Amino acid sequence: MILVKDNRCDFCGTCVAVCPVDAIELREADISIIHDTCIDCDICIWVCPIDVLSSDVKEEVEHD
Amino acid sequence: MTDYDVIVVGGGPAGSMAAEAAAKQGARTIMLEKDRDIGYPVRCGEGVGAFGLKKFIEPDPAWIATTISKVRMRSPDNTLIDFGMDDAGFILHRRLFDYALANQASQAGVEIQTRAYVDGLIIEDDCVRGVKYQYMGEHKQLTAKLVIAADGVESRVGRMAGLRTATKLKDMDSGYQATVGNIDVDQEMIDFYVGSNWAPGGYLWIFPKGNGMANIGLGINGIYAKEHSAHDMLHGFLDKYFPKASVLTSVCGGIPIAKTLKKITSNGLMLTGDAARMVNPVTGGGIITGMVGGQIAGDVAGLAIQSGDYSEKAFDGYPKRWHKAEGKTHEAFYRIGEGIAQITDDQLNKIAHRLVKTPSENLSLLKIFTAVAREKPKILLDVTRAFAGI
Repeated sequence: MILVKDNRCDFCGTCVAVCPVDAIELREADISIIHDTCIDCDICIWVCPIDVLSSDVKEEVEHD
Repeated sequence: MTDYDVIVVGGGPAGSMAAEAAAKQGARTIMLEKDRDIGYPVRCGEGVGAFGLKKFIEPDPAWIATTISKVRMRSPDNTLIDFGMDDAGFILHRRLFDYALANQASQAGVEIQTRAYVDGLIIEDDCVRGVKYQYMGEHKQLTAKLVIAADGVESRVGRMAGLRTATKLKDMDSGYQATVGNIDVDQEMIDFYVGSNWAPGGYLWIFPKGNGMANIGLGINGIYAKEHSAHDMLHGFLDKYFPKASVLTSVCGGIPIAKTLKKITSNGLMLTGDAARMVNPVTGGGIITGMVGGQIAGDVAGLAIQSGDYSEKAFDGYPKRWHKAEGKTHEAFYRIGEGIAQITDDQLNKIAHRLVKTPSENLSLLKIFTAVAREKPKILLDVTRAFAGI
C-alpha cells in the first residue's frame, strides 16, 4: 500500500502525472491515494522529488 | 444557453494565452485556477528566450529578474564550455509574469476565478460541456460550449475525458529547485551542469535572479529517480559548492520531457501547455511553448464558437498548427534526448575537452549539439532538423 508521509508533501503533482491508473487525488494542499485503484507499481514513490511517498507501513502515518 | 462559451482550466501562461485568444475571438470566457494565487507557487526555473516572449507580451522590467547573454556548460569533470547566445534570454519573476499575462487576458474580457478546483466534467452525448468544481468547500458547476485544459503537469481533466495523459517514467524528470540568496554568480550567465554526478539523466542549472540571488535546480530522469532523490542531490550540491547560500524558497516538480501527447483534443475539449506535454524534451523549457500552444488552442476555440461546431473534428486545426509551430521540432529534440541519454560521462568529458579548445566566439548551441552528434551520429539529422526548424 502506498502511503503519504504526513505533512511533507509539496503538492507538485509529479506522482499524479506518472500514475498509470489515476489513483492519486491532488488539490491545493491535499493529496490522497485511492487505494482501491492503486496497483502498487511504486513509480510514484521513485519519481517524488522529496521522497514523500512510501510503501513502508511501519513508520509512516497515513495522510488523507 | 451555456454559462460561458469557453472554460479554461488552469491559470498559468498556457491558460492565460488560451483564454485571451478565445476572448479576442468574441468567446465569453472564464479561467479557473485551483490555487489561491495566479502564478504561485512557482514550479519553474523561469528562463525564457526574449524573441519567443516578445511575440506575446511586451517585456516589463517589473517581471524580468535578469537579462542573459552568456551560457556556460559543465561536463561531469567540471570542464567549462563558455559561449554567447544569438538571442537574449530573460530569467523571469514568474509570480509577477503570470499575473501580467492573466491581467492581459482579463483586459481582453476574460473572467478569472481563483480557488476553483475542478474535480469533474459535465459530459453529455460524448461531449465535454462544462466542469464541476469546488470553491471554498462548496460544490459548483459551470456549463460551456467547450473546455480548454491547461491544468499543468498533473493534468487530470484530460483523463476525466478519456484522453491518455499518463506519462512514462522515462519521459518525466523529477525536479527540485531552491531560490538562494548570498550567492556570487555572473548575473548575465546561465550555467548548466551535465552528467550523472550532477543530475543523473538530466541536468543541474543555475539561473541568476539579480541582487545576489539565483535559482539553482536540477532534474533527475525518472529511471534514475528510484536510486536518487532530487531534494537530496540539490542539497548535497549546495552544501558542497555554495555553503554560504541561504535558501529563500524551494519547490519540487515534475518536468515532462515527453513528445506532445498523441491526442490533445476530444469532443468539447482541448489540452494545452504542460498538460499536453508541450515542453522541450531536451531543455525542459515549457513557458513559451505552452504560450504558443495555448494561443492556438484559444484561437481554434474562438473559431469553433463562431462556427457552432465543438466536436473533435472542429478542433483539427489545433494539433496541426501546434505541430507546425513547435511539435515537429519537439519530436526532433525528443530523439536527440534519447541519443543523449545513452552518452556516458566519459564521452561527455571527451566532448567537453574537444570543445574547450574552440574559441567561445565560435561556439553556439548548434555547435555543441553537433559535437555531441559526433559521439552519437544517429542524432545528427535531428540536430539539423531541430535547429533549422524543418
